[in-house]
Amino acid sequence: MLPVSLQTSFPKGMLMTQRVRITINGKLFESDVEPRLLLTDFIRGVAGLTGTHVGCETSICGACTILANGLAVKSCTMFAVQADGSDLVTIEGMAKDGQLHPLQQSFWEEHGLQCGYCTTGMIMCAHQLLARNATPTEAEIRDGLTGNLCRCTGYQNIVKAVQSASGKMRQTQNVAAGD
Amino acid sequence: MIAQHFEYTVATSLGEAVSLLQKYGDRAKLLAGGHSLVPMMKLRLASPEVLIDIGRLSELSYVMEENGALRIGALTTHHSIESSEVVGRGCRSLAEAAGEIGDIQVRNKGTIGGSVAHADPAADYPATLLAFDATIVTLGPRGERSIHASDFFVDMLTTALEPGEIVREIRIPVHSGRSGSAYLKFAQKASGFAICGVSAVVDLDGAGAISKVAVGITGVGNKAFRGAGTETALRGQQPSPGLLRSACEKAAAGVVALDDIHASAGYRLDLARIYARRALEKAVERAG
Repeated sequence: MLPVSLQTSFPKGMLMTQRVRITINGKLFESDVEPRLLLTDFIRGVAGLTGTHVGCETSICGACTILANGLAVKSCTMFAVQADGSDLVTIEGMAKDGQLHPLQQSFWEEHGLQCGYCTTGMIMCAHQLLARNATPTEAEIRDGLTGNLCRCTGYQNIVKAVQSASGKMRQTQNVAAGD
Repeated sequence: MIAQHFEYTVATSLGEAVSLLQKYGDRAKLLAGGHSLVPMMKLRLASPEVLIDIGRLSELSYVMEENGALRIGALTTHHSIESSEVVGRGCRSLAEAAGEIGDIQVRNKGTIGGSVAHADPAADYPATLLAFDATIVTLGPRGERSIHASDFFVDMLTTALEPGEIVREIRIPVHSGRSGSAYLKFAQKASGFAICGVSAVVDLDGAGAISKVAVGITGVGNKAFRGAGTETALRGQQPSPGLLRSACEKAAAGVVALDDIHASAGYRLDLARIYARRALEKAVERAG
């Protein structure tokens, strides 16, 4: 299903669509879309995964951050056709077997959110940050999250949440490695 | 925020990209990382009828050192440049400039070729490309051209690229011996774009005097430029805090500075002097 705005913006018959196949959280979604459909609108409108939020739609706020082929990207700054054949992870793909991801658990425990609008993007970006640097300093966390805006928390508890998640994820790795 | 309708086509090779560009002419735009073009299309500042996606051409994403020069493929992302050991060793100020662009998400998608072709007056790379006497290699229907950075950046959002030409590679001569470089920037807080960014390269001779020096400045004028007056004042001299300070008075001599809501022209010129000095101090220190 195309978002309503796209269905009505062109007279019927003039819509040129293209088939895209995008895997999101392990599930394949296939749809005919207009080339100008943004990836965020594909995720929300076609796949029905509304955990990815639309904030500024101008590449600034980071609320729409997802992982595309392992890289954190702002899904409002890509057309869905560009992601044809890609493998995406959204916030809905973070919890496994009913267990929250350590980042989700830490945002909860450390009160890393108030209204929650920015949270899903924050978590996806923090995921990338920790994948590249398992033990970031406070400054590195703040620098790593410059592409994600929060209007509620003042960032303090977001930084604490990422620090806590970093500890949890290291512990899990150590357990796995038999330390 | 919905772009005008367009036709989308994927180029599967560099040659195909050139012929598609030739076929569609002015109606088409190339799409690489899309982090300049897509926002412009959503704001309808750009409304190409056709998008030729070259973002999947992995053959254009590489960093290598060959015969004393760094060769960087046009589709190399800012993140790859920022984290490349080869770039960090051969051209540290380019790695620093890449790391200063936008944020993690932008650096994951944005490419050096796209950035130079877009030629934003506040982009980070041009300062370093000018300071290192880099060459931009392009490919068009009539073959390959090598364009010196000082000829490539013509004006605000305007380059020497001809219609039908694609940026293929950036080549940067690597300095050997006692050489150091640094990129420092005063950024607009919300966008991260440079209000003033300075890249300095310094080579020292055996006696510790400055044998080669270059200063590239971005964000201040309509296009990035070299601080020629500063370079002349430093060449052949022993670096000292006093000398660097006085030489940098001439950093933006004769330049008409941009004047906007973010910074007045006078403030930008002040920043140029101060950031030129700081970048040079760092480059001298790194040259050891």
